[in-house]
Amino acid sequence: MLRPPRAEFDRDLRSLQDELLTLGGMVEKAIAKSLDALKNRDRDLAEEVIREDDIIDEMRFALEEKSIDLIATQQPLAGDLRILVTVLHASVELERIGDYAEGIAKISLLMGDEPPLKPLIDIPRMADRSMDMLRRSLDAFVDRDVEASHQICEDDDEVDALYEQVYRELLTYMLSDPGAIRRATYLLWVAHDLERIADRTTNIAERVIFLVTGQLTKTGVSTY
Amino acid sequence: MTTQTAPIFKVRDLNLFYDEFRALREISMEIKRYSITALIGPSGCGKSSLLRCFNRMNDLIPAAKIDGQILFEGSDLYDDDVDATEIRSRIGMVFQRPNPFPKSIYDNVVFGLKVNGYQGDMDEAVERSLRQAALWEEVKDRLRNSALELSGGQQQRLCIARALAVEPEVILMDEPASALDPIATLAIEELVRELSEHYTIIIVTHNMQQAARVSDETAFLMVGDDRAGYLVEHGDTNQIFTTPKHERTEAYITGRFS
Repeated sequence: MLRPPRAEFDRDLRSLQDELLTLGGMVEKAIAKSLDALKNRDRDLAEEVIREDDIIDEMRFALEEKSIDLIATQQPLAGDLRILVTVLHASVELERIGDYAEGIAKISLLMGDEPPLKPLIDIPRMADRSMDMLRRSLDAFVDRDVEASHQICEDDDEVDALYEQVYRELLTYMLSDPGAIRRATYLLWVAHDLERIADRTTNIAERVIFLVTGQLTKTGVSTY
Repeated sequence: MTTQTAPIFKVRDLNLFYDEFRALREISMEIKRYSITALIGPSGCGKSSLLRCFNRMNDLIPAAKIDGQILFEGSDLYDDDVDATEIRSRIGMVFQRPNPFPKSIYDNVVFGLKVNGYQGDMDEAVERSLRQAALWEEVKDRLRNSALELSGGQQQRLCIARALAVEPEVILMDEPASALDPIATLAIEELVRELSEHYTIIIVTHNMQQAARVSDETAFLMVGDDRAGYLVEHGDTNQIFTTPKHERTEAYITGRFS
């Protein structure tokens, strides 16, 4: 029985994609933890998120290096090339999303023991939506699902709308009480980080569309 | 400017037979003027046979016969009143192994001109052809030396100069770099790109990366169950190498072909 052609390359491509999913899982967890740290004013958890971001960064570089090695040594074309380009892009997006989670953890530390300016309602909602989009974008990557990817890009509007709402609300607080500006700004940064997370998730979804169709398209225009 | 945009070749339902054996089955394609078209495919898919149909090189094989049509500049290449020798000076060919004649560099370049009874300035034609083939600077001081003294890459460029001397419209290349080292290969590829400004080029290559680097369009041929070569897919090179339409093209260019 002949070995199938390029068995080793196929193995390498599979493990590369598995590692991308592992990175995605780590990033998702980082977002969840950073929100918990914020809600529960948990210093230790915030510090953990910041520490673990180094691992995310390292993993992104490892993925990048492996992809480059495969490009250099295997001369990938067509579907293989699209997998590698997608992994390269998606790993950068995931790493940046990890940075936003780290940013939220840092804001949580900056807030010290002060309670948030207002009860957290829309911000956890934004986090839930963003994490759901991220999870679905990774599923779409596994399933090569173009339709789901388009849906993710559309769902970004919802996160944008929530961001708009948070922004207006915090603006009202700042206008009525200039003493609240600092604390309002912290929450605005958090909301902004979450908005960016959703936006970068749509970039991953766009790459999945490219992976399947070869088309590089910008789906929808985000308000932010 | 319709002549600029009209295809230089139109192939319609071309079948090629060697006696009873069908080597090509129902090939239909168009070749754009001043473009580089790469023919790729596994061994035995008929890509070299197809290339040889474009300048009636298969006429030299007694058992070969075709049906279907190849229109060159709108008229049937295989019409009875077409002079195959004249066609071969308008549609030149460069082969896999450099095959200079055991003569001087100069005599190699003017060979075709002499055969055609060229009346113009031979020296001028030699310089023009060698310059176009990016060989002039390397050989201008030793034009009377034997062509066999040149390196493999230089010999191949000399063969290209020899083909260019008769001012063809089309150059057919059958794996022109497969016997050369990587540096000489890149020099030939560079040259092919430059030549496409003034010539239409069809190139057969086994080297996928070469097809991707050098050509504007790529045609992928495969061997059918009846062992006849057929055209699977023909399109922009970028499209073929990033998003081929057919699974068989994808399998071949990504090396999953078994």
